[in-house]
Amino acid sequence: MSDEYYLELSENPVQFENASSVNNVFFDEANKQVFAVRSGGATGVVVKGPDDKSSVAFRMDDKGEVKCIKFSLGNKILAVQRTTKSVDFMNFIPDYPHLEFSHECKTKNANILGFCWTNWNEIVFVTDQGIEFYQVLPDKRTLKLLKSQSINVNWYMYCPETAVLLLSTTVQGNVLQPFAFKSATVSKMSKFEIELPAVPKPAKLSLSERDIAVATIYDQLYVMYLKHHSRSTNSPGAEVVLYHLPREGTCRKTHVLKLNTTGKFALNVVDNLVVVHHQSSQTSLIYDIKLRELDGALNVHQPVLPARSINPYKIHLTGPAAAPSQAPVPCELYSSSWSVFQPDIIISASEGYLWYLQVKLQPTLNLLQDKGKLMDFLLRRRDCKMVILSVCSQMLTGGDKGNLSVVATVFDKLNQVYKEYLDAEQAYTAAMESGPSRSSTSYKRPVRTQAVIDQSDMYTHVLSDFTEKKGVKHKFIIAVLMEYIRSLNQFQIPVQHYLYELVIKTLVQHNLFYMLHQFLQYHVLSDSKPLACLLLSLESTYPPAHQLSLDMLKRLSTANDEIVEVLLSKQQVLGALRFIRSVGAHDNVSARKFLDAARQTNDTMLFYTIFRFFEQRNMRLRGNPGFNQGEHCEEHVAYFKQVFGENALMKQATA
Amino acid sequence: MLMISPRMASGMQEKQYTPSLLSFFIYNPKFGPREGEEEKKILFYHPIEIEKNEKIRNVGLCEAIVQFTRTFSPTNPAKSLHTQKNRQFFHEAEENYWMVMVVRNPMVEKPNKDGKPPTVEYQEEEIIDSVYGSVLQQCYCMYKLFNGTFSRAFEAGGVELLTQKLEKFFYRYLQTLHLQSCDLLDVFGGISFFPLDKMTYLKIQSFVNRVEESLSLVKYTAFLYNDQLIWSGLEQDDMRILYKYLTTSLFPRHSEPELAGRDSPLRPEVAGNLLHYGRFLTGPANLKDPDAKFRFPRIFVNTEDSYEELHLIVYKVRERVNVMDLNREFCEQLDSLVGPQLTLLASDICEQFNINRRISGPEKEPQFKFIYFNHMNLAEKSTIHMRKTASVSLTSVHPDLMKILGDINCDFARVNEDEEIIVKAMTDYWVVGKKSDQRELYVILNQKNANLIEVNEEVKRLCATQFNNIFFLD
Repeated sequence: MSDEYYLELSENPVQFENASSVNNVFFDEANKQVFAVRSGGATGVVVKGPDDKSSVAFRMDDKGEVKCIKFSLGNKILAVQRTTKSVDFMNFIPDYPHLEFSHECKTKNANILGFCWTNWNEIVFVTDQGIEFYQVLPDKRTLKLLKSQSINVNWYMYCPETAVLLLSTTVQGNVLQPFAFKSATVSKMSKFEIELPAVPKPAKLSLSERDIAVATIYDQLYVMYLKHHSRSTNSPGAEVVLYHLPREGTCRKTHVLKLNTTGKFALNVVDNLVVVHHQSSQTSLIYDIKLRELDGALNVHQPVLPARSINPYKIHLTGPAAAPSQAPVPCELYSSSWSVFQPDIIISASEGYLWYLQVKLQPTLNLLQDKGKLMDFLLRRRDCKMVILSVCSQMLTGGDKGNLSVVATVFDKLNQVYKEYLDAEQAYTAAMESGPSRSSTSYKRPVRTQAVIDQSDMYTHVLSDFTEKKGVKHKFIIAVLMEYIRSLNQFQIPVQHYLYELVIKTLVQHNLFYMLHQFLQYHVLSDSKPLACLLLSLESTYPPAHQLSLDMLKRLSTANDEIVEVLLSKQQVLGALRFIRSVGAHDNVSARKFLDAARQTNDTMLFYTIFRFFEQRNMRLRGNPGFNQGEHCEEHVAYFKQVFGENALMKQATA
Repeated sequence: MLMISPRMASGMQEKQYTPSLLSFFIYNPKFGPREGEEEKKILFYHPIEIEKNEKIRNVGLCEAIVQFTRTFSPTNPAKSLHTQKNRQFFHEAEENYWMVMVVRNPMVEKPNKDGKPPTVEYQEEEIIDSVYGSVLQQCYCMYKLFNGTFSRAFEAGGVELLTQKLEKFFYRYLQTLHLQSCDLLDVFGGISFFPLDKMTYLKIQSFVNRVEESLSLVKYTAFLYNDQLIWSGLEQDDMRILYKYLTTSLFPRHSEPELAGRDSPLRPEVAGNLLHYGRFLTGPANLKDPDAKFRFPRIFVNTEDSYEELHLIVYKVRERVNVMDLNREFCEQLDSLVGPQLTLLASDICEQFNINRRISGPEKEPQFKFIYFNHMNLAEKSTIHMRKTASVSLTSVHPDLMKILGDINCDFARVNEDEEIIVKAMTDYWVVGKKSDQRELYVILNQKNANLIEVNEEVKRLCATQFNNIFFLD
């Protein structure tokens, strides 16, 4: 059962002092910091960041109840909101005055709903009447207004990753106005309306911030709306509606995630998956908006996997109350004290824990039967490599022998991604080589994600083990290897030699030489010198391999020396000589090599012919039939004289 | 059965007779070793009408010749016997099982004046041993393909079963022997491969593998297009004879009616002529027919070791599958699985076929014709032969030239070395034979005034254009 949980809480949570009557806890989504404020700060503020190094502790005067507290980016300036009219600031830059300074919102009668840092020194006040964008001047301990905008605001939401601020406007609150911030500028994006399940009469605020979340999924910004089940519409359960919010252009409703149940939900985004937690059933569902279910402008999605709980989690009790030997206690999952933040944060304020939600891919192997769909799903995940490889292994050697068409589908999906990467890499290299003079656009080196499963991965982790496996029919092994080669070819990816070697090894092992012959005949195994040599080595068991090898060397057209060697080793001295002459390289070959080979045949006439050939060559090249010192042919000249007599030597032409 | 097809030769009154089958018999000396039991040796004798004593005499003669020649060459006894009127071919197909074929030499009948009986001139030298020797061996291979070995039949049911099988098979098979049109290609017994690009080939591989996986009854698959082989799961020797059967017997029988353009060289398949659904060439003609018989011919392969008995299913668009055991359900499954996919593949291949044709350029009569054969993979290519049909294989050159080719081949067979032979034929043709390693190439050039050097250059050019991707010594 334990390998059925596909969601888990991070191993090392951020721990902080749990919320109590004397200790207020705040969370800043931008810096992912937890603030534990004791007694309004007078007895200390402890800030814990995502890693241990970024924790900060300090003290501040208790000037009233803290409503909101956040560091600017890089922990440079601290902003604290205690009233609805003003925000207080404290410098954390070394050598700057540590004294607090305060800033009141500009708009009269406006109440500050909150604030967001958009940079280390830029801050937005969100009031019920609009936004005020300031630059903080820490040395002067003042704020400079950069821009303000009047608009009625019910509530706001900020996405730190994209620096987009979302304001809820109108009476019903369902018209959302996004603003994008970028170094001292603010741009108003086009507003959009969330479709409410029912329009209340009289009009009243109907869209709660609890039902809205903003997150980036596959590098695109989405506004997620948790649309609760309503009796008036006939929908069987609640849904999550995704609105795509592009940088430019209008926001459109693009995806609907069917929850098929009702109740209390919370949303996270992990590894580009939308995770929907359902409190009453204590389970979560995951959705991948790229897994297509239906065509059409609007994609309706069902959960990728069956609902499962988050992996049970145990807490090691610490502190003075806990004995060191005490067993860890199970943590209550889906507790009502949990707060969920985007993209992947779950905080239990009452217990003092901050976890990152994580997706475990291994269990998906058994939960998703459709291997093609599973591959689509896995290829888009971050740490997918080993899981993908184990899917492949399982598919080939597991009890459920995947049928070949499934194998083919999986290979094609893998190679599609592999090919895209290779192309990007190639385009990058080409752009780099053409030099910076031409391209004004700066090319970024393509990132190799884990989804790129290349031939060596496949070979090392899947295919070589698979071919060694006992009890697998060799027919199936060969079919699988051919299927992989077919897929690579289909995507025009050059096949690596070791795959061919594997094919040949397997065929030879099972005496399937005729099959091998046919593959070579149709050039399924591409020509290469190593392959030709491998074939030569098979000659003793399968004589036609000799011919196949020679043909291959010939086609390579860069292997003339090898051809000569092969022929000489077969004592086909004349053939070797004729070949080297036909390619026009006979002026450069070593005479000694040929004479050696001719001597070994014990065929004196052959020796005579070869000897005479080289005498003639010498004559043509140097006007003298004799051999040069460097050619080391003295021994052969002596032999020639001994057999045929001195007079048989070619005479130097005399004028 | 006499097959005499008179052919008009040079003189108006002369009658030319082509070689024909005189008799064909199979015997085993061990079956009647004692005197008076000679008849028991004879397992099959054609023609059947021959009187018993003559049969015994003929068999005895063959036995004696083989025995006699064995004293000179124990491992390699006589293969043929030349006489003025006929030629006899001996083949020990299995241990002690001898097959003998007697072919009457071709002859010319010259009429004499004044009502005298015509003079008959036998052309003893026209017949090439290797050609008819191969035909005889083919007879055995074909028998074995459909019936298994002689000895297995004998073990299973004694002489009675064996003779039954022999009679059943050879009675029909001998009628399909067309001795007058046998030539070099019979010696080679080659396979014509369909040229195909790697990707399409891999797709076919993938298709074949899937079929074999989902239909576990399918043991081996061979894939053919346009009478040319693309893939064989069977071993080479089995494929060789099966290919012979498919291309010279089964396919022509099924396509004879649609054969119109017989005279254009090498199977010009019309591109649009593809069937868009499959059908069975063996077994049920129509699956929908409730009375359809699901009987497929049995074939025997790998007789050397595993001795497998299979059923032969030939399924067209352009494909064939071999299986173990069958019923209606299986056929329907096969039909539904293979049919649609195959139609798709066929269009891929067809495209390739058209590309090949375009590359080969406009179909003008080339200066040369050739036969190529590779002993290693049995690949064979001929621009001399027309489409093979059930009845005859037509050649586009004069029989004299074919005879020269056969002679050159015999010369090549004698030695192991690479060699080249150039012959100037009587009729202004040049004939060139080349042997390089295991490959043989025969070229017929029609260049009246060419000299030896020019012919040599021409052949070199041909090799460079047609065979540039193989290692062929010049």
